[in-house]
Parts: sequence; structure tokens; C-alpha cells
Amino acid sequence: MTTLHTVNKSPFSSSALDNCLGLAKNGSTVLLLEDGVYAATAGTKSAEAIANADGVSFAILGPDAQARGIEGKLADGIKVVDYDGFVDLVAEHDKVHAWL
Amino acid sequence: MAKKFMYMNTKAPYGTIYALESLEVVLIGAAFEQDVSLAFIDDGVYQLTKGQNTDGIGMKNFSPTYSALGDYDVNKIYVEKESLEERGLTLDDLQHLTWEDEDEDWAEKDSIKLVSRAELADILDDQDVVLSF
Repeated sequence: MTTLHTVNKSPFSSSALDNCLGLAKNGSTVLLLEDGVYAATAGTKSAEAIANADGVSFAILGPDAQARGIEGKLADGIKVVDYDGFVDLVAEHDKVHAWL
Repeated sequence: MAKKFMYMNTKAPYGTIYALESLEVVLIGAAFEQDVSLAFIDDGVYQLTKGQNTDGIGMKNFSPTYSALGDYDVNKIYVEKESLEERGLTLDDLQHLTWEDEDEDWAEKDSIKLVSRAELADILDDQDVVLSF
């Protein structure tokens, strides 16, 4: 079973990303959206945790990063998707786990 | 007698309504000619990032409004250094907010002051009213 995890909370104000990374299995994907996109900012502890999460793929919702003015500061290796890409990710995985 | 009002901004924009609501209250408060200060700590520092573009999310980009604060005599804007650093940001990543000093022939001055947590504690101690958003 492949899972798409979505995280929509800032890593600085919620433990949602930590909880997600602790339980995400190899082969799953984590999509950062809304305030979750801040986790992908280069030079943060959360970006480091993402870089160290072997076997898990990461994607970020581009429109949310652009809204927050951080699309130029994203850590390397994180795929940027638009809303169509979001739909594709949902279709490609067996289920979606929306973390809160 | 004008009171010293401090508005503490602690939340990122767009994900919740706090940032926009704070800005509305600040502009209303400024109209009553109180001594207004703003502080940005924790995820609140994200409110001031430059280059915000909300075309893709269908929400109003209210970040240009911060540059109007100087015209309302709101020119004490404190950004906590520790919060900024923890988020991989520097002052260069934030909007350049200015005000014009009537007493010095309308000289343009910076509104944002980068302060340490300890300095901000002293500034907070000096306020009559503190409102947190």
C-alpha cells in the first residue's frame, strides 16, 4: 500500500511533520502544502529532517510556496507540483493520509 | 494621554486569519493616535517576507499593506532575531519598510528593527497594552 501524506502546518508551530516523518514508510510521498511549505526552506531543521528521510519522496505545492514568498529559498531535491500535480499524486497512491 | 500599544504577531499569513486580522486592528488603532508598536516573532516573521504572490491560491495578497504602516505613524516594527534565524531567513528576505520623519525634513528611515529575544522582553515590559495575534 502506497500512501500520500499531506502536511499543511508549519513545522515551527505544530508537530504534524515530525509525526508524519516518524511513521511514513519507504515508498511513500509527503506533500507539503499551505503553511507546511515552510518546512522546505533551506537552512532549517525541518529541511534537514527531509533530506535525511531516506526512501520517502517529497513534493511541495508551488502556489502555496509562491503565496508565501519562499519559492526562491527551497532546499534542493524537493519536487514542486501545481494543483494538477497534486491530483496526479493522489491518483498514483493507494490512499491519502492528511496529517493535522 | 496616548497609551503604548504592542501588537504581537506570531502566526504565518494565509494558513490562518490571525495575520490579516492583526493588520486590520493595527490600522484601526493607528487612527486613534495611540503609540503603536508591532513585534513579529515565531512564524509571525513570515508575514513580512518579500515577493509574496497569491495568484495561485485565490486569496488576497495583503503583504503590500505593511508598507503603508509608515504613513499611519506606525514605525516601530520589531523583528525577533532568533525567530528569523531559526527559519533560515535574514533581514534581506523581508520587505524594506520605511517611514518619513516629519521632524527631520521628512527623512526616510527604516521601520524594522532587528532585536534579540532579551531586547524584545524589555520592550514588552515597557508597554501599557499588549495584544497577541
